[in-house]
Amino acid sequence: MLTALALGLALLGLLAGVALVPAGRWAGPVVLGGSALLSAGFALLAIGALAIGLPEGVLVLPFGPAWAGMSLALDGLSAWFLLLLGLVGSSASVFALGGPRQGLVAWPLFLGGMGLALLGADGFTLLLGFELMSLASWALVALDHREAASREAARLYLVFAALAGACLVPAFGLLGALDFAAIRAAPPEGWRAVAVLALGLIGAGAKAGLVPLHLWLPLAHPAAPSPASALMSGVMTKLALYVLARLLLDLCGPVQPGWWGVPLLAAGAASALLGALRANLEEDAKVALACSTIENVGLVTMALGLALLFRGADLGPMAALAAGAALLHAMAHGLFKTLLFLVAGAVQHAAGSRRLDRLGGLIHAMPRTTLLALIGLGAAAALPPLSGFASEWLLLQALLGGWRLGEIGLQVAAAAALALAAMAVALAAAAMLRLFGLAFLGRPRSPRGAGAREANRFELAGMAVPAVLTLLIGLFPGLALALAAPGIRVLVGPAAMPPVVGLAVGAGEGHSAYAPLVVLLLLGLVLVLLWLVVRRRSPALAERGPAWNGGFIDPPPEFVFGDPLSQPSAAGMAQPLRRMLGGSLLAGREAVTMPPPGDTRPARLEAGFEDRAALALPVPAARLRDAIADQVERLRGLTLRGSLSLGFATLVGLLALLAWLEAR
Amino acid sequence: MGFGQLPYDVAHLLGGGILLLSFMLLYQRRVAAVVSVLAAQGGLLALAAAWQGFVQGAPQLYLTALIAAVAKAVCIPLALRWTIRRLALARGVDAALGIGPSLMAGVALVALAIMVALPVTTAAQALAREDLAVALSIVLLGMLMMITRRNAILQVVGLMSLENGLVLAAVGVAGMPLVVELSTAALVMVLLVVAGVFVFQMRERLDSLDIALLHPHRGERE
Repeated sequence: MLTALALGLALLGLLAGVALVPAGRWAGPVVLGGSALLSAGFALLAIGALAIGLPEGVLVLPFGPAWAGMSLALDGLSAWFLLLLGLVGSSASVFALGGPRQGLVAWPLFLGGMGLALLGADGFTLLLGFELMSLASWALVALDHREAASREAARLYLVFAALAGACLVPAFGLLGALDFAAIRAAPPEGWRAVAVLALGLIGAGAKAGLVPLHLWLPLAHPAAPSPASALMSGVMTKLALYVLARLLLDLCGPVQPGWWGVPLLAAGAASALLGALRANLEEDAKVALACSTIENVGLVTMALGLALLFRGADLGPMAALAAGAALLHAMAHGLFKTLLFLVAGAVQHAAGSRRLDRLGGLIHAMPRTTLLALIGLGAAAALPPLSGFASEWLLLQALLGGWRLGEIGLQVAAAAALALAAMAVALAAAAMLRLFGLAFLGRPRSPRGAGAREANRFELAGMAVPAVLTLLIGLFPGLALALAAPGIRVLVGPAAMPPVVGLAVGAGEGHSAYAPLVVLLLLGLVLVLLWLVVRRRSPALAERGPAWNGGFIDPPPEFVFGDPLSQPSAAGMAQPLRRMLGGSLLAGREAVTMPPPGDTRPARLEAGFEDRAALALPVPAARLRDAIADQVERLRGLTLRGSLSLGFATLVGLLALLAWLEAR
Repeated sequence: MGFGQLPYDVAHLLGGGILLLSFMLLYQRRVAAVVSVLAAQGGLLALAAAWQGFVQGAPQLYLTALIAAVAKAVCIPLALRWTIRRLALARGVDAALGIGPSLMAGVALVALAIMVALPVTTAAQALAREDLAVALSIVLLGMLMMITRRNAILQVVGLMSLENGLVLAAVGVAGMPLVVELSTAALVMVLLVVAGVFVFQMRERLDSLDIALLHPHRGERE
């Protein structure tokens, strides 16, 4: 099986080569179709490995770095994320078949890099795949390089990718060995372990978009083409979380103290809250979705932190619950966010804009897309019986069990995290409601939006796959968690059982459980009852009339789409939340400019916000860079003797260090 | 082989002599005297190489000794003297660091070299260990000479003395192939030629050998 996977990776590399050949109009179908097929193959192999049995041993490739060959392996954790990669990769590739052909070289490389990072069984291979993924996705972000905003986003993205690399390489270096089995046998201790924690959290957090390293995410995701942003948001951020889990929970092993979970919990809670709040305020559909990604990445990180805390406190079932929540939410979010980014791409394709103030009423023009969007948005808003509810329910259950942690400090931290997570989930639901209402309901807000047509069949097929999977995972989370069981064992220990009770999910006997089928039955019953009552009580047959225009007078005839002022705008819907929460968290501002009496200029209301957390690190970092550059510039002005002295002093210093080390 | 045995003692004596001459290089106040000391150092190096060839039974080291004797003890000092005379250079040494501090720094460097080289080479035999410590000291002293002298000729001398230390290290290790020695010597010969051209160029263009005049030519800043 490992050979087949390695062959798949090689074929992806070959596809990138094919894209370089000027093959005319066949290049797109070949590359994208091949990527879709290979991704589907990955998904099949991964699901087979999870259901039947994981491949034993390690496949050592005959080439690699100077000291040893690269090694590939598949365990429960990597197979789970490989399944996500396969599912998302195939649906996004199919979707891309229906759009313009661009980024054909980077696309298979992006997929292959992620596959390599997942399959790597030593630090070198994992990092090689990770960096290949970063570079290929950078190429996709920079695809539209004629626009200054795109260039800016790509540059920022590269800076953060470099930061992630610069932190992850020493983090893996500090583990003491490259081979994962050797690291597990002798995990790092003392200050080295703490350094691994800090570097790993910064490195993986910068790639996953954890606050305060999330500045690039709302810029880079919208800049890429929609299938690429789906892949970035759905899989790439998850891959960063995979690296985080692999590094901190698996490789560093159960010997680490429980407080390791606290930084993860804090970063996750901050990300969840800030991401959900920003998703409510953004006026571009893809930016709002990217902010919602920050929120969900935060939720998964919280679950990982909780797993660490519970594991440190020897609470096996609770740790398994938290780890199950993390894995299930990673899968659920990967799928529904892919679906939503693809919907955003289809909407942009059909209605010509992503700006919410130019959309509206798409439910009439694009009924199928609307249905699919409703599934995705419902899952993102954590509505039962969709997948988002199941995983977030598990996470909240794990947080509610925080009182079992022995120390009062940890208990308080878990309680605070619970409050923040609940708030983030509610805010995310509001954001999804706003997205749906502005884009799909109401009247069109622009002529181009009014002329929208249904998405083509490739796009519909690409969106249908994740939508169906979202429904399936929502209805059968127990089966999904049973598949994730090997991954949970990697995270919390070989004795862990997945938090499954029959088809329902829950921490085990005696705890509360969530049975989606029952919920679905009850919901259906209520709906049928409601429908019957309405039918009985309504006096006559239904009639279609003009929609109520909110009390405004009829628009003048030149307003074909109605008076734009009689519909809420994106900023208008965001206003209450911006006033309530944006003031302190996001430096929200609002200023009314009133011209003096007699002046004919109109009064203006200026409102906006600025993500202070996003700028908290980059601005001082840029200042520091400039200061260092100034200092280094002075070296250029050294005299010849000064340059020689510098080299001599360095040599003497190193010799002195050697002498000191020898003397110890 | 250890202290009190003839091969060890003679090798030690020669190495120590070369080190002593390195110190003499540091405190000379006249350029001509510096060149003389350099010639003496080359001669001692030739002796050391020949002795090592005798002790190790390695005939190729006689060749090394011959090269050192011809090039370092005779040709290069003669060439330097000729340069000084032809250019009518200032005969005094223009030192950036005074003689006393230079010597103190030199002593500190020798101590450092011994502290580094002796513990690192515990597995090797005593002769090679002492030899390496002495050679490292000579290399460091050569560098010190290069950075504490403003005169270009003296910098060339520092480079030569540094190379003497390298050769001493190379001949002290039994089984070192001659190829390495020859290439090292050839490299420094090339460097010497470059330095000579550089000196002439400077003489013609700037009418001085003070390297401070070069500073404006290597960047936009003073």
